Amino acid sequence: MTSTEPITPNSDGSTAGDPAAPKTSAMSPALDAADSRGSNILEVRNVSKSFHDPVTVPVLKKVSLEVKRGEFVSITGKSGCGKSTLLYILSTMDTDYEGEVMIDAEPTRGLSGERLARIRNEKIGFVFQFHYLLPEFSVLKNVMLPGLKLGKHSAEEVEHRAMKRLRDLDMHEHAFKGANQLSGGQKQRVAIARSLINDPLIIMGDEPTGNLDSRNSGIVFDIFKSISAHHEQSLLVVTHDNDFASRTDRIIEMDDGKVIG
Amino acid sequence: MKLLLSIALTLLRAKLKQSIVAAVGVMFSITMFVTLLGFMNGLNTLLDGLILNRTPHIRLYNELQASPTQPIQHAWAQHAAVGADSAHHFIRSVKPKDELPRLRNAEAVMQALENDPRVLSVSPRLVAQVFFNVGTVDLNGQVNGIDVMDEIRYYRFADYLVQGDPHDLATGNNTIVLGKGLADMMESGIGDMVQVTTATGERTMLRVSGIFQSGIADYDKVQCYANIKTVQKLLTRPGSYYTDINVKLKDLLQAPAMARELSARFDVDAVDIQTANAQFETGSDVRNIISYAVGVVLLIVAGFGIYNILNMMIYEKLDAIAILKATGFNGADVRRIFLLLSMVIGLVGGVSGLLFGFLMQNLVDSIPFITAALPTVTTFPVDYNPKYYIIAVTFALLTTWIAGWFPARKASQVDPVEIIRGK
Repeated sequence: MTSTEPITPNSDGSTAGDPAAPKTSAMSPALDAADSRGSNILEVRNVSKSFHDPVTVPVLKKVSLEVKRGEFVSITGKSGCGKSTLLYILSTMDTDYEGEVMIDAEPTRGLSGERLARIRNEKIGFVFQFHYLLPEFSVLKNVMLPGLKLGKHSAEEVEHRAMKRLRDLDMHEHAFKGANQLSGGQKQRVAIARSLINDPLIIMGDEPTGNLDSRNSGIVFDIFKSISAHHEQSLLVVTHDNDFASRTDRIIEMDDGKVIG
Repeated sequence: MKLLLSIALTLLRAKLKQSIVAAVGVMFSITMFVTLLGFMNGLNTLLDGLILNRTPHIRLYNELQASPTQPIQHAWAQHAAVGADSAHHFIRSVKPKDELPRLRNAEAVMQALENDPRVLSVSPRLVAQVFFNVGTVDLNGQVNGIDVMDEIRYYRFADYLVQGDPHDLATGNNTIVLGKGLADMMESGIGDMVQVTTATGERTMLRVSGIFQSGIADYDKVQCYANIKTVQKLLTRPGSYYTDINVKLKDLLQAPAMARELSARFDVDAVDIQTANAQFETGSDVRNIISYAVGVVLLIVAGFGIYNILNMMIYEKLDAIAILKATGFNGADVRRIFLLLSMVIGLVGGVSGLLFGFLMQNLVDSIPFITAALPTVTTFPVDYNPKYYIIAVTFALLTTWIAGWFPARKASQVDPVEIIRGK
C-alpha cells in the first residue's frame, strides 16, 4: 500500500469499487453509494431531553433526523439551541433522553454501558473542539489506542494502520513525538487520525475547528471532505462557523431544541 | 488486559515521583512487618525453647497418693444396699502404703511406646533426691539419671552444657554434671569430686564432668545430671528401676489426648506439656497479636497513601478518562486501569519491602545479644520463616487493591460528556 491510496472502508463496507471516481465530484458518489445500500448510518426519531436542575428546562423537542452513508452533514444554530446536547446523545455517551437513536440500524436505547462503549469504539469516531490527546503517550500511541481496544487486528497491524492514517494527514513525521510537542492544528489532525483508526461508519465533530485559525480550519475541512468523498464515511459536525457549514453536503439548522431546516 | 496494563504503566511513569512515594510507603510497611514478625517469632521460639526443648511432651510417672476409696466407704456402700439412708463420712485414716516411686513394668511400657507410630522417642529417667555435702553444710539437690545419648538428640542436652563434653557423661562411671548455680555454691569445677548423700543415707563420691545452665536460675541451683546407671548404683537399685518415662511425640498437639490414653492403659500418672506449661502459649499468642497488629496498621497507613495519590491522579487525568471512554473504553476498563496502577505500586512496594525486610532481618540477626540466662544465644534471634513473607505480600496486595478500588470506581463513573462539554 502506498500513502496515496485511500483509507480502506470499514470491514462490512464493500462499496469502494472505484476509488478514482469520487475525485471529480465531492458530493454525488457518496450519495450514490448511500443510495445503493439504501441505509441510514444514523437515524434519530423524536428525541427529547430536558435538564432538571434546578428547574425543568426542555433542551430538545422531538428531534428527528437521519444521516446517510458518506454524507457530510453539519448542525448549526445559536449557542444554547441544543445542538451539542443532541450530538452527545447521538454519540451514545449521553443516555438520558426520550425517543430513539439507531446507529447502523441498531437501536441504542437501553443497551449496556459496555455495549455502547463497543459501538463507540467500532462505529463512531470523535473529533472535539479540544484535541484530548493523552500527553503521556506518543502521537502514534494516541492514534493506536482505540484500535488496540477494538482488538480486531494485531498490535503490529494497528501500528501500521495508525502510521498510514498519520501519513494521509501528513503527520507521519511527528509520529514519535509527544502529543504536547505539536501545534494546535497538528494536534487536531492527530485527533482526526485517532477518530479514523477503526474505520468508523460515522465521524462526529463538536466544533472541531473552534480552536483553530482560518488556515488550519481550512485544512481540517478539506480532510473531512476527503474522508466523506473517498471513504464512504459519514460526518456529522456541530459548528457555529457558517462558512464551514455552507461547504458541507447538508446543513441541519436548529433553534430552541427543534430542527428548523 | 495487556493494553490496560500498558496504559496504567504509562500513567504511572508520567507521575513517577508520586508513584515512588506511594511504593516506598508500602515498602516501608512491608519491611517493618517482615522484620518485626521475624524478630518476634525468633524471640518466641527462643523463649518457648527454654521450656519446650527441655520438656517431654508426655511424662509418665508414679505419684504416691492416698487411696481414693477409704475402707469405710465400702462398709457404707453395703449398708446403703440394704436400704439404709446414705450418709457422709468424715474419717480418712488410711495413708499411702510404703511404696517405691518406681514405674512398674517400665521396660514393657517402654517397649510398647517404642512401637507406637505417634511416638518420636522414649527415654527413661531416674530422679533421686540427694544432699551435696560441702564442708558442714548439706545442699539440697536432685540428680536426674538420664540416657545421655537420647537427651542430646531429643532434648538438646549439649546446648545447655556450658563446660565439659556431654559424651564424658555417657561413657564415664560415677560422673555428674552440676547445675551452674549449684556448682558456684560448691565452688567446684570440672574434675573436682563431690560427695553425695541419698535420702536413704548412702554416700558416694562423684566426679564433676560438666556444668549445666538451663537459663532458669532456681532450676540450676538444684538440678544435676548423671548417667542413669550411676544413679541406679547411687540408690542401690536394679537396672530396670526407672521413676519417669519421657516421651516425645511427632505431633505436639496430640499430647493431651495421648497422655490420658497412656495413663489409662498403663495405670500410671501422665502429664502432657500443655497442662504442665499452660503459660508459654499465652505469651507467644500475645506477642504474635501485637506484631501482626503493628504490621497491619502500617499497611493501612500505606493504603491511605495510595488512596490519596490515586485520587489526585484521577482528578488530574479526568481528560484522559473522558477521551478513553469516548473512544470506546468502558467503565470496567477504566476501573481496571486504575486498579492495575494501584496493584503495580503495591507489587513493586511489596517485593522491595520483602527484600529490605530480609536485609533488616539479617541486620537484627547480627546484633549481639548475650545474656547469662541463655548460654547458646549470642545475637538477637530471628525467624526467617517464608510464611511471613507470603503473609506480608498478600497483605500488601490486598491493601493496595482496596485502596485502589475506591478511586478506580470513581474514575469508572466519570461522565465523559460532562468533562468534554465543560471545556
